[in-house]
Amino acid sequence: MKQKAHISFTLNGEQTEVAFAPHKTLLEVLREDLNLTGTKHGCELGECGTCALLVDGRSILSCLMLGLEAEGREVKTIEGMAEGAELHPLQQTFADLGAAQCGYCSPGFLLVSEELLKKNPKPTRPEIQEALSGNLCRCTGYIKIYEAVELAAARMRGEAYELPRESVYGLD
Amino acid sequence: MSKRNQNADPLNVVGRPYRKVDARAKCVGQTKFADDIVLPRMLYCKILRSHLPHAIIKNIDTSKALALPGVFAVITGKELPISYGILPVSQDEHALCIDKVRFIGDPVAAVAAIDEDVAFDAMNLIEVEYEPLNTVSSIEEAVMIEEPRIHTYGDVGNIHKKVSLEFGDVEEGFAEADLIREDIFFYEGNTHLPMEQHAAVAHFDSDKKITLWSSTQTPHYVHRALAKVLELPASHIRVIATPNGGGFGGKSDPFNHEVVVCKLAMITGRPVKVTLTREEVFYCHRGRHPVLMHVKTGVKKDGAITGMHFQSFLDGGAYGSYGVASTFYTGALQTVTYNVPRYKFEGLRAFTNKPPCGPKRGHGTPQPRFALEVQLDKIAEQLKLDPADIRRKHLVEPNSITANYLRIGSMGLGKCIDKVVDGSDWKNRFSQWDQNSRKLPYGKGIGLACSSYICGAGLPIYWNNMPQSGVQLRLDRQGGVCVMCGSTDIGQGSDSILAYIVAEVLGIDPFDIRVITADTDLTPVDLGSYSSRVTLMTGNAAIQAAERARELLVMAVAEKLGVPIENLSLAERRVFDVENPEVGVSFADAVVLAESKFGTIGTVGSYSPPRSPGRYKGSGVGPSPAYSYSAAVAEVDVDPDTGIVVVERVWIAHDIGKSINPMLVMGQVEGSVYMGLGEVLMEEMTYRANRNVVHKFPSMLEYKSPTTLEMCDVKTYLIEDPDPNGPYGAKEVGQGPLLPVPPAVANAVYDAVGVRIDEVPITPEKVLRALREKSRGRDGRYGPDSVPTVEWPEPLRVLTPSEGGDGKEMPRVAVHS
Repeated sequence: MKQKAHISFTLNGEQTEVAFAPHKTLLEVLREDLNLTGTKHGCELGECGTCALLVDGRSILSCLMLGLEAEGREVKTIEGMAEGAELHPLQQTFADLGAAQCGYCSPGFLLVSEELLKKNPKPTRPEIQEALSGNLCRCTGYIKIYEAVELAAARMRGEAYELPRESVYGLD
Repeated sequence: MSKRNQNADPLNVVGRPYRKVDARAKCVGQTKFADDIVLPRMLYCKILRSHLPHAIIKNIDTSKALALPGVFAVITGKELPISYGILPVSQDEHALCIDKVRFIGDPVAAVAAIDEDVAFDAMNLIEVEYEPLNTVSSIEEAVMIEEPRIHTYGDVGNIHKKVSLEFGDVEEGFAEADLIREDIFFYEGNTHLPMEQHAAVAHFDSDKKITLWSSTQTPHYVHRALAKVLELPASHIRVIATPNGGGFGGKSDPFNHEVVVCKLAMITGRPVKVTLTREEVFYCHRGRHPVLMHVKTGVKKDGAITGMHFQSFLDGGAYGSYGVASTFYTGALQTVTYNVPRYKFEGLRAFTNKPPCGPKRGHGTPQPRFALEVQLDKIAEQLKLDPADIRRKHLVEPNSITANYLRIGSMGLGKCIDKVVDGSDWKNRFSQWDQNSRKLPYGKGIGLACSSYICGAGLPIYWNNMPQSGVQLRLDRQGGVCVMCGSTDIGQGSDSILAYIVAEVLGIDPFDIRVITADTDLTPVDLGSYSSRVTLMTGNAAIQAAERARELLVMAVAEKLGVPIENLSLAERRVFDVENPEVGVSFADAVVLAESKFGTIGTVGSYSPPRSPGRYKGSGVGPSPAYSYSAAVAEVDVDPDTGIVVVERVWIAHDIGKSINPMLVMGQVEGSVYMGLGEVLMEEMTYRANRNVVHKFPSMLEYKSPTTLEMCDVKTYLIEDPDPNGPYGAKEVGQGPLLPVPPAVANAVYDAVGVRIDEVPITPEKVLRALREKSRGRDGRYGPDSVPTVEWPEPLRVLTPSEGGDGKEMPRVAVHS
């Protein structure tokens, strides 16, 4: 008796097939059946945003979506964010500005930020706060995350952008 | 060991905002956290936890669980009879409870099964027969209810520990005072809430050696606990701390789930993993103790403190954990900011049927700091003094010894106060205690508070004469440098600090260095990521190891080039003559020369904190190689109709000594402000008021923590006043900047609407209640009115340094009736 479900979908740009216990969430399928452990979990109840990833370009909580629902859809995880060895501008600025401290919430923040910048290439600070309000971070106080999103957005627009000196060294 | 390199040469790495050495891995999903580890044939563990807060275990029947297909083992407390605990004085935990359970969430039995679903089903088939016992749910109850006792050790009844210390004659101090204030405060408990749930994987190999990967901040202490409980030689146990997805103190105890997976791996011969659910993380807790405080302070007209009597009552929860240390910490650091010439401390920790409390960011100090800074605000109002001035005028001197024998080194609090006062335009915006000539509109207010924190506990958790931190360096002939240290990166950047410092001394790039940490087989002991000790202690050990390697390199290169040793400098991956910079060799060639001359190049460094001047019983908590200082001004907007407090901005200045990496320091300051904001406005570990002692909201949705929408704007100032004990002068930043935030907000609320909320968190209900009281002409205050009546032990008396004391307690005098 076969007990596993079987789906076919696009995962980080690659056609992928996977078999899994049908009650599993997309989060579990990715982590346990596809060994993509870059997607993290903080509550598995849809409360913290840690497991956020992109389905058809929209951010979703993978702990609240069944694996079966991914059939035929396009899923992007943190492992698919870089272009080959070239980091996505958001990954670069998150790393360079200290927006990832423990790094556990970072995959979720990065993918939700990517979605934001696609829709709104020049977000204001309140727009960034609104977009990221479903993701919890306990380390940074969110400030370095805002700065990383703003710097990446400017670079993606091809604009010169000087990070305020006070962001790195404090006020004089 | 020479410290020449620290001061003479310009710094190339230290002080610069390099990215962390592990930052990119974390941003691409490569970092392996504990739950990301998967081993062949791995089993999954689930732990059955008590649903009763206090009960005797009459019987456990595991037969149905064992019979379930896919189950490989089911264990109960009988299999793990040896107790353990983080402190030698409180070895009161069992990996699985044996004869009784003490809180909802206490572990009772564990299952290893083929997958998580089967393990979960098996867990539900375990039958436990309990006989419920009466519960103890608060400090007041613990003081009153002697039976049943939660533990059979401790002071008396359900009191775990009482301490009483007096430095100088505090009554003499009160006699000299122009004003004496007595206030009562309460600081509710709250929890770390790391984004990563605790997880651990155990592997028992064919040589009967065990390896544990765990999200722990203290692999060395876990190592010791496992050796004790599993009855294995410590040399056959390897503990690897995986990168922690947030710690904040919550992963600092040896935990039952770590012991359990090891035991299950030993029984089944297969790797076993456990990952706690978010609800279980709330039961693990070890977070902020709820503390009730009574503070009596005498002051002169100018605000100079003449004496302070501080009483704290801690709700410890069901086990000891770090609680004895936490109790002392609620009384230790009152003396290191403003001059307190005479000081008396009485502390009590109670056992209650709740998840155990322990160390959370600021361990035992945010609560007394809240009380002290709010009371000082009230004193300033009574004396009609400016809150900044009253603090600024009476600061502890640098290079001095406090009444309770804490040795102060550098002390930058005055500069911190000046920065936030200027930055916030304090003088033009604070009401100066006159509501009639307010400068800000009613509802808006600003408040100020200060604080200090240790840079590493002076003593280790178990008594020994060995270093607290060790670093080992290996240089290979291709120019590679590997630094090994037992320290654990919990996100604060401790791996990076090692790389920056070694790169600085050896003149190479931090990203040339391989960092291996937190592996008890590979790395020399570092005691762990707690007490803000890591930068200072591993930093000093790393400097020593790197200086020793540098010495070997320059000796070999000097010989080769015929240049005097003192002419050689290391920078830009070269070793060269400072007088003729073109004369030199590459770093890799320097290693070849050194290896040719001396053999394989490896060096070690270690660090032990200086001995404390305190010699009295209880003097082990509080001493530190250095103290960091912070000052904060909070600006709030209080809606008098709803009671909602919005913190709009916090100005904070932190005396860091010297930033090894300013960007990481800024991140710690901002993160500390965030966590302090959560504590003062919304975070609380609270339980239903009936006798069931059920946690009100063990979930991330209902346990409120600040999102992007609640986080305030932060204006940060870094004060650099190098401390002679810090590496390059560096002090801590991970915990200290949290401390002034809660009292600064409370003081700002008073400035905004004229009510005192003497209790944390400051929720809208409390603000409204106080406003209503005030509108009825009563005291506009919300907070506790009394503390339990307790028979305190005769205090241990110590003469202060200014009284000619030697740091020892005075002989006890027989009390005559």
